[in-house]
Amino acid sequence: MQLSAFQDGFCAALRTEAPTPAWMDALCAQPGFAVYRNSGRKAALDALRANYPTVVQLVGEDWFCGAAQTYLAVQPPADGRLMHYGAGFAAFLARFAPAAELPYLSDVARLDRAWTEAHLAADAPPLAASWLARQPPEALGAARIAPHPAARWLWCHEHPAYSIWQRHREGLAVDTALPWQAEGALLTRPSGAVQWCALPRAGVAFLDVCAAGQPLAEAAESALAATPGGAGETLAQLTALLLSSGALCAPTGAEDPV
Amino acid sequence: MNTSLTAGLGLKPEHYEQALACQDTGLWWEVHPENYLADGGPRLAWLDAIRSRHPVSLHGVSLSLAADAPPDETHLARLALLVRRIEPALVSEHLAWSHWRGVYQPDLLPFPRTQQALARVARNIERTQEALGRPIAIENPSHYLHLPGHDMGEGAFFAELVRRTGCQLLLDINNVFVSANNLGTDALDYLDQYPLHAVAEMHLAGHHADPVHGAALLIDSHDAPVAEPVWALWRHAIARTGPVPTLIERDAELPPLAELLAERARAHRALCGTPHEELACN
Repeated sequence: MQLSAFQDGFCAALRTEAPTPAWMDALCAQPGFAVYRNSGRKAALDALRANYPTVVQLVGEDWFCGAAQTYLAVQPPADGRLMHYGAGFAAFLARFAPAAELPYLSDVARLDRAWTEAHLAADAPPLAASWLARQPPEALGAARIAPHPAARWLWCHEHPAYSIWQRHREGLAVDTALPWQAEGALLTRPSGAVQWCALPRAGVAFLDVCAAGQPLAEAAESALAATPGGAGETLAQLTALLLSSGALCAPTGAEDPV
Repeated sequence: MNTSLTAGLGLKPEHYEQALACQDTGLWWEVHPENYLADGGPRLAWLDAIRSRHPVSLHGVSLSLAADAPPDETHLARLALLVRRIEPALVSEHLAWSHWRGVYQPDLLPFPRTQQALARVARNIERTQEALGRPIAIENPSHYLHLPGHDMGEGAFFAELVRRTGCQLLLDINNVFVSANNLGTDALDYLDQYPLHAVAEMHLAGHHADPVHGAALLIDSHDAPVAEPVWALWRHAIARTGPVPTLIERDAELPPLAELLAERARAHRALCGTPHEELACN
């Protein structure tokens, strides 16, 4: 038998939903076959559990295991980097009927995913306030500043998903009187560990424009437009937040001497 | 053989700080490169730091050398970057397949050892060694199935791979023990048929009996201390090869590092006790 034909048949048998060729029956009947099926499944589920810890905290092990097995059947790992596994899990939860009772669950999953991406992203020196201070004001508007490669930001339209996620990540109690409103989140990794903070709508708008490669003047305009009754104070506060959190990348050659 | 390596341990995030501070002679650390194929971040920083103090070995699990397809070029490129960054003392993979038609099955799957499979695996090893710019060592897997259709024994298969590609071998003694148990064959016979001259590294690990099928089906679980019969089989092997860098694998039910270091010290002492001129021993 061609090696590829053997491998097609073996894979079909591992995934119980697929039709299995008759010649695999004798192998499937051996006690050892279950070892392969079980250990592969366990490794994938363990990876999802590790990559979505806040979701696990919210729904418990049993519920998570059920959802994860359904996800695994439709979106198995594509490669061996299991630390990356589950890119589509938040979108899956948004469509997953049993999750309908927890409408914020998908957004919490997005935040878990953002943490993973921030954790594994490239290192880069963050933009320093001193660099900004040195730029002639007339040139600053035209400058294009990229978000830091480890920066992730998102806006949750309907739920206080950031507050829910942050409280669980930090082992704090969630207020029963949590204001049910939209929230933004910013995750960064200027050095070492991933850190996070709330992000105003203006911040999301600002970073979206920077990520699109547009100049700072446009990013500022977009930030102001996103803020009801926006003013200079918004930008000053936002700039301080983005700088202190390391959300922006130093332009090449602009790193401050140590 | 790199004589500054005696017994090593798998590096786990839980033990990063202590691993960095460890000063045991001959100690080296092994990782799955898959866990370090990141663009940056703290885990790579830890690996860099530990590598600056100790030799590091990269033990891949997902290259899928026995798949009837060339190795994934993106994976090879990432692996090559990590090899250039870490300058590992050893690089290894498995005689198994896992990645097939775009899906990764997180396990090490068996295949019939045919002449066609031999040609395919040899080509895949050659491509890998070319991409990484160095030889790699291939590990014998644990077996849980009687597979029909083998043209040759596993020892002969490995001997041919070594002959055709110049690759090295990673002899996993626990896998020899577990496979012999599960297939009803003899572990000593396996070693007799195996090309011991090509071994660059050995693995030791724990196993447990399947909860349903009992001792007839041992699982290579890496979740327990090395069993005494496995230590004995290893001593038999190194009596024939001389000392070889040996890793103690523990991936689950992790005890404190001190316990793993004590187990590792047993292997270190045995390697130093074996007659050999230039070992990194006290």
